[in-house]
Amino acid sequence: MLGWELPPHNSGGLGVACYYLSKALALNGADIDFVVPYSAKHDDIEFMKVHSATQLSPLHKFGMGAYDSNFLLEETGHDELGELKTIRDVQYRYNNFVEELVDGKQFDAIHAHDWLTMEAGMRAKELTKAPLIVHVHATEFDRAGGNRGNPIVHEIEYQGLMMADRILAVSAITKDIIVEKYGIPADKIEVVHNAIDVDSLNDGYEYDNRTYRYLEGLKDEGYTIISAITRFTIQKGLANLVRAVAKASEKYDRFALLLAGDGEQRDELIRLAADLGISDKIFFTGFVRGKQWRDAYSVSDVFVLSSISEPFGLTALEAAHHDNALIVTNQSGVGEVLNSIFRYDFWDTERLADQLVGIATSPALKDSLRINVTREYAKLSWNDVANKCMSQYVKAAPLKAVFA
Amino acid sequence: MSKRGITLYMHVHQPFRVREYSVFDTSSDHNYFVDPDNQSNRSNEKILNKVADKSYRPMNALLEKLLNKHPEFKVSLSITGTFIEQAEQWAPDVLDSFKRLVATGQVEIVAETYYHSLAFFYSRTEFERQVEAHKAKIRELFGVETSVFRNTELAYNNDLAKWADDYGFKGILAEGWDPILDWRSPNFVYKPEGTENIALLLKNYRLSDDLAFRFSNRSWQEWPLTVDKYNQWLEASIQDQPLINLFMDYETFGEHQWEDTGIFDFFEEFVGRWLEDSNNTFYTASEAIAANEPAGTISMPQTVTWADSERDLTAWVGNSMQHEAMKHIYSLEDDIIRTKDEALIADWRKLQTSDHAYYMCTKWFTDGDVHAYFSPYDSPYDAFLYYINAVRDVRWRLHETHRTGGLSG
Repeated sequence: MLGWELPPHNSGGLGVACYYLSKALALNGADIDFVVPYSAKHDDIEFMKVHSATQLSPLHKFGMGAYDSNFLLEETGHDELGELKTIRDVQYRYNNFVEELVDGKQFDAIHAHDWLTMEAGMRAKELTKAPLIVHVHATEFDRAGGNRGNPIVHEIEYQGLMMADRILAVSAITKDIIVEKYGIPADKIEVVHNAIDVDSLNDGYEYDNRTYRYLEGLKDEGYTIISAITRFTIQKGLANLVRAVAKASEKYDRFALLLAGDGEQRDELIRLAADLGISDKIFFTGFVRGKQWRDAYSVSDVFVLSSISEPFGLTALEAAHHDNALIVTNQSGVGEVLNSIFRYDFWDTERLADQLVGIATSPALKDSLRINVTREYAKLSWNDVANKCMSQYVKAAPLKAVFA
Repeated sequence: MSKRGITLYMHVHQPFRVREYSVFDTSSDHNYFVDPDNQSNRSNEKILNKVADKSYRPMNALLEKLLNKHPEFKVSLSITGTFIEQAEQWAPDVLDSFKRLVATGQVEIVAETYYHSLAFFYSRTEFERQVEAHKAKIRELFGVETSVFRNTELAYNNDLAKWADDYGFKGILAEGWDPILDWRSPNFVYKPEGTENIALLLKNYRLSDDLAFRFSNRSWQEWPLTVDKYNQWLEASIQDQPLINLFMDYETFGEHQWEDTGIFDFFEEFVGRWLEDSNNTFYTASEAIAANEPAGTISMPQTVTWADSERDLTAWVGNSMQHEAMKHIYSLEDDIIRTKDEALIADWRKLQTSDHAYYMCTKWFTDGDVHAYFSPYDSPYDAFLYYINAVRDVRWRLHETHRTGGLSG
């Protein structure tokens, strides 16, 4: 298994998905060697062997490499980095490590996640003759917010998808992108939606209403708290969310928007809110982890996944777990596994505003959405995802006997 | 001994679906029912024209032919006011063909609420106004008086029967539901509990649903249903009993069961086959009541409908959104009626049509059976959102134009 991050050293959903997928695969009898591009203790992981491809410190300390395709790493001041200045440099080291690791060994499958590890995956396939499974959590089209993005990344993705024996896409939306933008035959691609590990969220967590005390005060005054918990990049469509909140506020003034996270768009969002005259309604938290992160979901009434292009969108399931009503763009894969939600096209700020006002002004609507979606998200299990992966390994396996 | 008869009763209805009416329309645009996109699934004109072509025109032509050919063939129809208004606007020829059917003297019109509403359960005064409005419309259009009543979704209980009896109706229709009937057969006329003069006709749901729901279902073990087979079932059911009440949506013919399923040919052959036996006939609802003394008394203290396996109203008032929607619409009654503003009153009543609440039903939607969600909207939540925005606009008009009522529900 070739990955780029695992919790707690992850900067987003890729690491979470890799962790729970591997765990479920191991429970189904898979013997997994998992390669990450950094060195860190993963003490809690006993179900597989984690290999470190470099001596670098964990990924989140040098940027959000799994998501940004800008090549320069931030903060490369550490001596230990040596010549490793860019993600490309890290990838070369990763590829070399994987070559050495697999050489002379036998594997039933090579499972590579996203463009970062596709080169290593292709090389491993070459050396071991094992089938290559490419698991697509996001494409360069998603990261670039629907634009073409970085041509080198695009090229690596294209090669990886071509060379793959089977492709796993995290949603039908992603499958369509792979078919349409990369010209890959649809029958080579299996849609395997992500899941949520409910047990991991039931870890004794209790909501602390002091964390977002001001928001709790607003709630007491009848405010509805809308939230987005995400990276502030163009892909996430947050500018449209801010515009929709401004529109909704024309009709109903008791809204507050909690924007938890950070990213390149933050200053732009702050300016936009000021231009629209709703600065007072928007609360920026910065990057949140642990309790602050959980409490952000808990304080919120309505969670909006506003992405322009979202292959899956695990945060929506997390929000559902914390009793939020969900509004999800039609361009988000998570909408494919949920029914009791509102949907809108990412550009349709008027519709989103309408839905927000509806929820804020009707307790029955808000409660119906909240309660009904909890019955749906909990049915999604990583065990089912692992079973689907297993069947894809079998499907991709080379024929054992050949007519001669 | 009178002849063995089939009472064929069909329900003709179309609602005024609410367009995607947003909160930005509320208090500025009072058009709730005309979708600007006439190809949308919420375009009432488009839907009426589609169903007219598939069902109303061909079925009325067939009924007219059969009524002329067989003097003993009889039909009972209930036709909602909302359907009539739509047909007047977009398919007047369909209305003319209904008039010709009634003019044969072999077709009875059954009374109901003009707006196909659940008003009986929310406001007796509003309910009676809608029954009156329907009677008046039927009189004006067809020149006939109604004397048998059916409530929306066949929602029936002892109180309704008592009301209809006091009002002067001779008969009332209800579901022949096993837990109520117990060992008794639906193939008799009954007297409702606590009434003096009114008779109760009960739907034989098995034989009705064989046509209405199962006819084209290829996974049904009886598919394909032939007239021979169906006639045997009718014979077996009616043995030693006086009548079979087949109640169904008119749109069964051509819309729920498409023409290519053979439903029209089946129906034509079935009518002829039944009448081949000289002991057999068809009754209108009134004739069935006149020809048969009540075999016993039936009590339904709880409301029974013809819907779903539960035979209750949960599809209309089963969740909190539906309760909220009904509460808001009916709470406006006194203020609305006082305005004497005909356009406002009509819009308010069109919003009472039960279909609106049905579109908000989540009982199939949430359990993964999304395909069972029949609605012009993407979800029950969308249905609620557009509806409640429209209700707010009604409230706005009351407040703004008539200076009555507040803006909060």
